[in-house]
Amino acid sequence: MQITSPAFKSNVAEALADPHLQKALHFTRPRFPERRAAAVAALPEFETLRDIGRDIKNHTLANLDFYLEIWADNVEKSGGQVHWCATADDARAAVLAICQRVGAKTVTKGKSMISEELGINEHLEKHGIEPVETDLGEYILQIRGEGPSHIIAPAFHLNREDWEESFRKTHTDLPADRVFGERRDIMVEARTILREKFIAADVGITGANFLIAETGSSVIVTNEGNGDLTQTLPKVHIALASIEKLVPTLEDATSLLRLLARSATGQDFSVYTTFSTGARRPDDLDGPEEYHVVVIDNGRSAMIGTEFQDMLRCIRCAACMNHCPVYFTVGGHSYGWVYPGPMGSVLTPSLIGVEKAGHLPNASTFCGKCESVCPVKIPLPKLMRHWREREFERHLTPGAMRNNLAIWGWFARRPQLYRAATRVAAWGLGLLGRKRGRFSWLPFAGGWTDGRDLPAPEGDTFFARYARQQRHKS
Amino acid sequence: MTPPPRVALFVTCLVDLHRPSVGFAAIRLLEAAGCQVDVPRAQTCCGQPAYNSGDRATARDLARGIIDAFAGYDYIVVPSGSCGGMLRDHVPGLFEDDPELRRRADVMAAKTYELVSFLTDMRGMTDPQAAYAGTVTYHDSCAGLRELGVRDQPRALLGKVAGLTLTEMAEPEVCCGFGGTFCVKYPDISTRMVADKTRDIAATGADTLLAGDMGCLLNMAGRLAREGSNIQVRHVAEVLAGMTQELPAIGRARDGR
Repeated sequence: MQITSPAFKSNVAEALADPHLQKALHFTRPRFPERRAAAVAALPEFETLRDIGRDIKNHTLANLDFYLEIWADNVEKSGGQVHWCATADDARAAVLAICQRVGAKTVTKGKSMISEELGINEHLEKHGIEPVETDLGEYILQIRGEGPSHIIAPAFHLNREDWEESFRKTHTDLPADRVFGERRDIMVEARTILREKFIAADVGITGANFLIAETGSSVIVTNEGNGDLTQTLPKVHIALASIEKLVPTLEDATSLLRLLARSATGQDFSVYTTFSTGARRPDDLDGPEEYHVVVIDNGRSAMIGTEFQDMLRCIRCAACMNHCPVYFTVGGHSYGWVYPGPMGSVLTPSLIGVEKAGHLPNASTFCGKCESVCPVKIPLPKLMRHWREREFERHLTPGAMRNNLAIWGWFARRPQLYRAATRVAAWGLGLLGRKRGRFSWLPFAGGWTDGRDLPAPEGDTFFARYARQQRHKS
Repeated sequence: MTPPPRVALFVTCLVDLHRPSVGFAAIRLLEAAGCQVDVPRAQTCCGQPAYNSGDRATARDLARGIIDAFAGYDYIVVPSGSCGGMLRDHVPGLFEDDPELRRRADVMAAKTYELVSFLTDMRGMTDPQAAYAGTVTYHDSCAGLRELGVRDQPRALLGKVAGLTLTEMAEPEVCCGFGGTFCVKYPDISTRMVADKTRDIAATGADTLLAGDMGCLLNMAGRLAREGSNIQVRHVAEVLAGMTQELPAIGRARDGR
């Protein structure tokens, strides 16, 4: 996927000026928080469960090598194959090799963010294999040639009329006078088209919400059932999973599943939760003949042992972005890569470099809402601040900002001088602003005054007034 | 009779520079709550501009000065959830590599309170004995709410202010878009966020907006003024201390316009 994170500011300017996007964001904004709040209110142990979720992930990350080996052994014991991939290139090559070996022409795909990270679709297309997204949201994005703007609701940025327009433009063999009266009509049309693809597919690619060490299973959750058709109908199932998807036991997976849907969509459970273990056995009625797991590092192991390790607890529920006022102002595409919102603002710099993604951890007010809803209690603002520290240390922070900070810091360390300087500033601004009580414009303050007035100070500092008062008293 | 607790007021740089009356309102309220208030001279800023810009060295230097200046008091009270949160939740973490400073920072953190919650939770204030004729809506500033648990306390005290009607805006817990340096680093986003907030504020029909943090207040007052709104914006302490007759609302001229 093309990276536009360095152009965050211009992405934002475009997003703010896009009435379609703003309409979609405005429409969806209250929905996720309302649903999550209702689901959480109905489960008294939810807060305890968050601690449990955090602890399961921390324990796994602390023993990741140990559990990965157990998991891989169990995959192989159950007739599956494990492909260890250090980089995105390795993973793309592994997927292509499997597809080419079985002579695949069509590949169906369940929704998978790691496949976006790897750019699987482009790679397969380049080699003459047709990938077909089967998640409704991903399907329309594929038609439109867009990337997802949200990790669980990828086409979140589109309005219904956008869907209708794209479907009419693409499905030209269907009657032109058909009516899209409601959302259901869109779904029915997509289902009709996708049925044929499911049956034609030679390989099915899914992501994995969890890998389970004790059984060698992979788990996916979906609401559309497309994941099941993707992984059970073709001869070959490839599950893509990054290393941090691992949990030790089935019990652990179910604990996290109790958190996942509630945090994500406010459902108690997703409509389909599917466990895959190995390939089809001789007595099985159905299932793929081959079961492959492409397990991907792509920068994650380098986070272990650093201040960013906590980020690897993420279970991709999207609660952080669903509750983020910045996300809902600028939309997911502004972040410029695969992962938007608060989790993306921490993860993206780890994966593509803070030189490219430096804006992301800065574009936060640290309001803390994301951390307060994270099912595995990732301290997202703290981790964004750590990125700012790295940027500051490496002199990636813009020069003007550094200079202003240095001047301010010099004074702030010297209370007496600071006192004198602030007194002059407050007095001057107070005098200038006395008549109106505020400024519509001030030199060097355009960032503030372009969109709001700057209230004028009272005119004297607290400390000057306090000193006067103390003198009168004595 | 137990002696009154010795409270050190952390004024905050924005109150010092911009709205000193909030500091005096805090002193008035703390004294009414039976405290002996002192204002250590050697204070400037809690260090958030540096800390949140990744400049830990400056943040540490400022924190050391605060730890020294505020040692020996029973409590440290801050008329801001954001700066209070910095002293209580963040300063200790700056000294992971220095056990002695870490210990002193922990001691300081444990004594630090946001003003309004200190009055209610620690001093048992139930009625501020103030009057304000107006319909008020209250914005929950992020750090006060999510770091220090300030939500019900200001509403309880405002509920006792004679003549005051409290009306809630939609989503009072959503950030106003100030975010410290964020508001000038990403002015487009910040402006859109505060415009969403002022729309919710205006929709309440309230004539007054209150909050407990100067940063958020300057942001919201500035936006309301730009929109030509007549809503009066004040720090909650000004109302609780009965000080509103003594100075115009934030961003307003002396004649109140």
